[in-house]
Amino acid sequence: MTLQFDTFKSLVKEAAEKVIASAPELTALDQAIGDGDHGTNMKRGFEAVLSKLDTISAQPLDEAFKTIGKTLVMTVGGASGPLYGSFFLAAGEALSGKRLPEDLADVFGSGVNAVSARGRSHVGEKTMLDVLVPVLETLKADAGRDDLITRVRTTASEAVARTKPMQATKGRASFLGVRSIGHVDPGAKSSCVLLHAVCSTLEARQ
Amino acid sequence: MNDTVGIVIVSHSKDIAKGTADMVRQMVGSEVKVAFCGGNPDGGLGTNVSLIIDAINDAWSAKGVAILVDLGGAETNSEMAVEMLEPERRKMVVVCNAPIVEGAVMAATEAAGGSSLEQVRAVAEELTAG
Repeated sequence: MTLQFDTFKSLVKEAAEKVIASAPELTALDQAIGDGDHGTNMKRGFEAVLSKLDTISAQPLDEAFKTIGKTLVMTVGGASGPLYGSFFLAAGEALSGKRLPEDLADVFGSGVNAVSARGRSHVGEKTMLDVLVPVLETLKADAGRDDLITRVRTTASEAVARTKPMQATKGRASFLGVRSIGHVDPGAKSSCVLLHAVCSTLEARQ
Repeated sequence: MNDTVGIVIVSHSKDIAKGTADMVRQMVGSEVKVAFCGGNPDGGLGTNVSLIIDAINDAWSAKGVAILVDLGGAETNSEMAVEMLEPERRKMVVVCNAPIVEGAVMAATEAAGGSSLEQVRAVAEELTAG
């Protein structure tokens, strides 16, 4: 698995398009336990990313990540802007001097740490971290395996499902207390959508 | 130095932000700089990092700026906005853990007396402690 620039462009395009397409589902999940804007916010952010696709794909990878992060921060309009934005800004920072795919877990881990710091949140609180952290663990444990992409896909799906019985203790959903139980977390779902889009693009290139 | 700490009000709703700023101006007067913003980049309910940065710069004072927010996203976006300021300004801005309307009025009242940023923040945050 080597990451070429044309692959990177398709990765960004596919991830953005999948998130935009899933906006109604993300909004429905957020209406159940949040304020109902996650889908429209993510759509606005990733439409802005798509509009910069040519600029982004012409940049060195670390700069491209930072451009994506800054674009999300400036356009999403909800807490998910700084959360996803911080992921890409930190991953971009971590990328300089690193190589992909060898250092993928390191780079991804820097992004996950930034999300945790920004949200002052940890795994088990019914947030996007409940997908990102298990995926990071898979990236570490299964690095170099031929079926890494399949494992990441499965990890993300299973991790989203596990947010359903959780009680939210962070974010707007925490206002609901026990009533947050029984709904999938919208941020966990959008993280899964993004990761699945990346997996599909990489699989199609293999 | 006659400077007073500036106050920034960040709500998901521009109407709430403006109404809060109106109350502060009426109750505290015009010696404290008050800036406000609300709404996402499309103008709907939400918050917008670039508008928050503009508001911080509008309310800027040599004594610093205290930000009052309503709900989660406003806090997260305000913290992000602070990090995107020039490095020397970052440490002179605080996001107060206080109710937005009462916090803004209390913070501005304290600021009007010439108090430091930490004193202004402490007074606003007493509301939460109670």
